[in-house]
Amino acid sequence: MSHNVAEMKAKHKLIAEYKYELGKVDKGYNRRTLYVNVGSGEIKEKPVSQEMIDKFVGGKGFDLRLLWDAVNENTKWYDPENAICISVGPVGGNTNYPGSGKSIVTSLSPMTNIPIDSNVGGHFGPYMKFSGFDALEIQGKSDKEVIVYINGDEGFVQIFEAPDEAIDSHVLAEQLHEMYANNEDDKQHISVVSAGQAAQHAYMGMLNFSFYDKRRKLPRLKQAGRGGIGHVLRDKKVKALVVKFSGLKADLNNPVDLSVVQERGIKLHNEVKDHDDEQCKMRQVGTAHLVEIMNDYDLLPVKNFKFGADENSDKVHSRVWTSMFTQNMPDGCWFGCSLSCCKAVDNFELRTGPYKGDKVCVDGPEYETVGGCSSNIYVWDPKDVVEINFYCDTYGIDTISFGTTTAFVMECWENKILRPEHTDGLDMTWGNADSVLECLHQMARGEGFGVKLGKGILWLKNWMVNELGAPADFLQDIGMEAKGLEYSQYMSKESLAQQGGYTLALKGPQHDEAWLIFMDMVNNLIPSFEDKAEALHYFPMFRTWFGLQGLCKLPWNDIEPANNGQTAEPAKVPEHVQNYHDIYTAITGKPIDSKEMILQSERVYNFQKIFNLRMGKGLRNDDRPPYRAVGPVTAEEYLSRQERYDKQLKEVIGVDPTNMTTEEKMAKHREYRTDRYEKLIDAVYKRKGWTPEGIPTVEHLQNIGMDLPELIEVVKKYL
Amino acid sequence: MKYLKTYPEKCIGCHTCENVCSQLFFKNENASLSCIRIAEKDNAFDINVCNQCGQCVTVCPTLALTVNAQGVVMLNKSKCIGCMACVAICPTQSMRYQKAMLTPFKCIACGSCATKCPTQALEIVTEG
Repeated sequence: MSHNVAEMKAKHKLIAEYKYELGKVDKGYNRRTLYVNVGSGEIKEKPVSQEMIDKFVGGKGFDLRLLWDAVNENTKWYDPENAICISVGPVGGNTNYPGSGKSIVTSLSPMTNIPIDSNVGGHFGPYMKFSGFDALEIQGKSDKEVIVYINGDEGFVQIFEAPDEAIDSHVLAEQLHEMYANNEDDKQHISVVSAGQAAQHAYMGMLNFSFYDKRRKLPRLKQAGRGGIGHVLRDKKVKALVVKFSGLKADLNNPVDLSVVQERGIKLHNEVKDHDDEQCKMRQVGTAHLVEIMNDYDLLPVKNFKFGADENSDKVHSRVWTSMFTQNMPDGCWFGCSLSCCKAVDNFELRTGPYKGDKVCVDGPEYETVGGCSSNIYVWDPKDVVEINFYCDTYGIDTISFGTTTAFVMECWENKILRPEHTDGLDMTWGNADSVLECLHQMARGEGFGVKLGKGILWLKNWMVNELGAPADFLQDIGMEAKGLEYSQYMSKESLAQQGGYTLALKGPQHDEAWLIFMDMVNNLIPSFEDKAEALHYFPMFRTWFGLQGLCKLPWNDIEPANNGQTAEPAKVPEHVQNYHDIYTAITGKPIDSKEMILQSERVYNFQKIFNLRMGKGLRNDDRPPYRAVGPVTAEEYLSRQERYDKQLKEVIGVDPTNMTTEEKMAKHREYRTDRYEKLIDAVYKRKGWTPEGIPTVEHLQNIGMDLPELIEVVKKYL
Repeated sequence: MKYLKTYPEKCIGCHTCENVCSQLFFKNENASLSCIRIAEKDNAFDINVCNQCGQCVTVCPTLALTVNAQGVVMLNKSKCIGCMACVAICPTQSMRYQKAMLTPFKCIACGSCATKCPTQALEIVTEG
């Protein structure tokens, strides 16, 4: 693609500039953050105190601390004081240990109006860190289209008007990599954060973080997908955040002992080389290897999570994606990640929309996109899935929320709750890929039913109930959202622990806190409520730690040591946990063990919980799922797995189903499953040190060293 | 393809090649800094050195590793960010790294060791 970037650059008008001393990271920290107000033009540094490091560690912890201070209890996502915070964490940016380049982004979410956190690859976060800042905080609202530019080579930050650059990410990223690089080789030193045209109109807007792919000679895009942060960026009229940093080396964290980081990295590289082909095949197909596994275990969401498998799923089997993805490429989203899971479809010719006929590189689809934009909406042509994936990415739309919301819309269409007069004539029948794509294009144009769909399930439920007279109870049952966020793409009906893993998640139902289905449903390793509660304490805390450090979860357990199965707790992957302890200590100089690791997370986790309470959510009722996540809502669902459900009535619930109607059997299931979920909440809250209403107790906050006055003030209102 | 061909049966384990290589690369006679390594094995000597197969090139994220016109895999240190993925992928374990050194190093088939080898156990050859 050719761009006249000189002309575009000539139209830039500098609004504000801040020059700063280039620093040096010491043991993983710069000890300063960067504040940029795109409304007032204020740019400044903020010091990072020792207490901030001790209590909040970095990454998501720093983000949440900054966000807390930026907003108050009345702030809405669209208010100027809402901030977008990006941070990497002390371990992040090392080039040795696979999965060490994650940025964590937080903001008040347009979908939930509580803090959302999203974990994303690409080069922006590490480059920003090595430019001198542990975190970036974007506040204010501009009345003109602006770009924020951080030059980490020369030490300045600029805000400027940028009227001519594109909005859609695949074009904009190319323009900005070209604009700020001195030559082709220099493009690798640029990273761009952007959204897209649909993110302007859709709550479910997301952020793309770029990294330059030197083999493909184009910027690739990784997504901070969840919770609508792309919509916040566009609401602030920010076209892009750009960073330039040229001096990347292996020791820029100034670690205490680089050799340990190198050795653990090489050890993991060797595991990947030796075992990936027999384990997850991440290097060939990324997370899309999960499709057939989920289908085989009845966990692949089909038709808005009604069913967990479908005979058509063979059409989106991992071998299909393997054949479409370009093979033997080092597709790491940060340097040093030999797991190479960010696969791409190259030279894909688009058949719809403003880029029809263009041949493009499409990042993914990953498993979640297949779940959301294939099986869940019954679109089985892989080319349609790739096209949806492409437009979601370049328009700045979260494929998870888009897939789950579209599935909800299609079920409403099936039930004639939605009709052509409500959808501007779009036929939302299961599998209608043309309508799905048109929804996306409408979203980008800011017109038609697509804009409504882009507001997500919570908004649609209210609209349908209030404006269309739809049955509220049924919509509540089938609308797969909690706290305002759409569920990601796993069936949780047969795993009570996963129902908790999803719905108790602080930001809303995303599986990054806990994925316990195999431990629970398949291997029955956590049979009691207390066992499940322990798992729902440990794993969310353990996984939170990745977000504090700037790490990716995948190299933890999507590649395992050959002897992992023989360890005492294979689900925890003990050898890799030890690797994390080792590299944390080698970089920061601070000793750490599993207890301290969990405690670091617990402090930030409880802070986020109280942040939710401060913003008016986070009570027990907010942790309750729609019934579709728990059990069969409709007779169709029940009858599709009648043998299983009847057996459960007899053997688990203790009721003879012989003479019962389907409705009676469903009612019994509902009574049992709902009650079971409530008991799970009781056990989990107790394990987490919270009251039955979900409030962290003062004593618990004291025990974990988080009895900060501002937190006590919030919880005391509820105790 | 140009590469250093080895004849282990001729090797007498004098380690001259290691000294020549490390002196050339790092101005230091130290076997651990040599691209070629000699190890005693079953009363004979094993010679480990890069055969220029190029597998490391395929995993390098920054294109710091390239194959030159003679077929030799070259490392451009200014482009290398020290991820060491090449060290792990090398099928002959001939991509070297030293603890806390920022970049790896490897045989570039310069032939210096071959010219000093007293038993002609090393030879620069060009094939294909």
